[in-house]
Amino acid sequence: MIPAIGLSLGIIIGLLLQPAVPVWLQPYLPIAVIAALDAVFGAVRAILDGIFDDKVFVISFLSNVIVAAFIVFLRDTLGVGAQLSTGVVVVLGVRIFSNVAAIRRHLFDA
Amino acid sequence: MTETPREPDEPVQSPAPAPRGVEPFLFDGLRPRDDDSAGADGAASGPGPADSPQRAWHRLLRAGSPRATRANVLAMVLAGALGFAIIAQVRQTSLEGLENLREDELVRIFAGVDQDGERLADEIRGLQTSLELLKSQSTNEAEAQRAARERLEALGILAGTVAAAGPGIVLTVSDPDNKVDAPTILDTVQELRDAGAEAIQINGERVAADTWFADTENGLSVSGSEVRPPYVIKAIGDANTLAGAMEIPGGVTATVRRVGGDTDVQIEDEVKVDALLTPTSPQYARPVPTPTP
Repeated sequence: MIPAIGLSLGIIIGLLLQPAVPVWLQPYLPIAVIAALDAVFGAVRAILDGIFDDKVFVISFLSNVIVAAFIVFLRDTLGVGAQLSTGVVVVLGVRIFSNVAAIRRHLFDA
Repeated sequence: MTETPREPDEPVQSPAPAPRGVEPFLFDGLRPRDDDSAGADGAASGPGPADSPQRAWHRLLRAGSPRATRANVLAMVLAGALGFAIIAQVRQTSLEGLENLREDELVRIFAGVDQDGERLADEIRGLQTSLELLKSQSTNEAEAQRAARERLEALGILAGTVAAAGPGIVLTVSDPDNKVDAPTILDTVQELRDAGAEAIQINGERVAADTWFADTENGLSVSGSEVRPPYVIKAIGDANTLAGAMEIPGGVTATVRRVGGDTDVQIEDEVKVDALLTPTSPQYARPVPTPTP
C-alpha cells in the first residue's frame, strides 16, 4: 500500500512539475526505469515468498539502476550500439515476467 | 499480527537490529535467504511456501499496510522516485526529436522530406509561371487599354464629340451685308482642312465629317443650326500653315473681300475648340470586319 502511494505520489509530482530530463541523464533514464521496475517486481515477489528484506530491496533497487546506467555508459563508450541496451531490456523483461508469474501464482494460485 | 510491538520511531533511530523487515515472516517458518536472492533478486521460483492465495494476499496487505518502518519509508521514497522517473521519461519520449531514431528511419524521413521539397519546388515553379503569365496578360491588357483610349480620343476629336485645344488660328469673317454664303464658308473649311486643321468650329458649331452648310436669310445654317455673322472660325493645327492658307491669292480672304466682307486671322498658341457634337450611329452603313493580322 505504502509503495503504491509512493508511486502515485511520484507520478503526480512528475505531472505537476513537468520535469525536463537533463541531457546527460537522457541515455540512462529509460534503462534505469526498467531496472527499477524489475527491482520493484522482485520486491513484491520477495514479500510473497516471505523473504523480503528492506535492506536488500534498497540495495538491489539502487544497484539495478546503477548497473543499468553503467551498461548504457559502456555501450556509448565502446560504441557497441543499441544492441547492448536491447540485451539489457530483454534480460530485465524476462526477469519481470518471471517475477510477475511467481506473484501471480502466489496471489491467484494460477 | 505477529509483529513485535515497536516504538513508532524505533526504526529510524536504531539502524541495525539485524534483519528487521524479515522478522515478521518468521511466522511462516521461513528463514531469510542470503541477501542476494532476497528482495529484488527473487530467485527463480524456488520451492516457495505452499500457502493459499488468501494468505498471500494477506501477507501482501500486511507488508503494504501503513507502518512507519524504515522499509516502508524507503519503499515509498524509491517508488516515488520511480514514478517521477517514469513520468519524466514518458514526457521526454513524447518530446523527443530525431536524435534517437535508427538509421533506416532517418533515411526514410530524409527521403520523405526530399520528396516533399521536390514537390513544393514544382509547385513554386508552376505558381511562378502562372504569375508571370498573369503579369504579362495584365500589362498587355493595360497596353491595349491605353491604345484604345488614345484611339478613342483621336476619333472623338475627329468626330467632334470631345473638346480639343492646341495651337491654331481664330479667323473672324465680318459680313455686314450678309453676302458671304455657304459655299464660301465650305471653301474656307476645306482650305483649313487642306492646311491640316484637326478640329474646327464656327461660332458655336463644331465642324466634323458630316457637317453641312446652307444659306439662310440672316446668315448660315451649320448642320441645321443658325449661325450669324460675324463668323468666328477656330481651327487647331499648324498656325502658320493655317494662316498662310487663308491668305493665298484667290483664296478665302480674297473671296470674302470681293463680296464686301473682311477677314481677320489671329494666330494663337491656345485655341479652344469646345463645341461638341452628339455622335450618331449610322443607319445603313455597317463596318466590314477586317481580318486581324
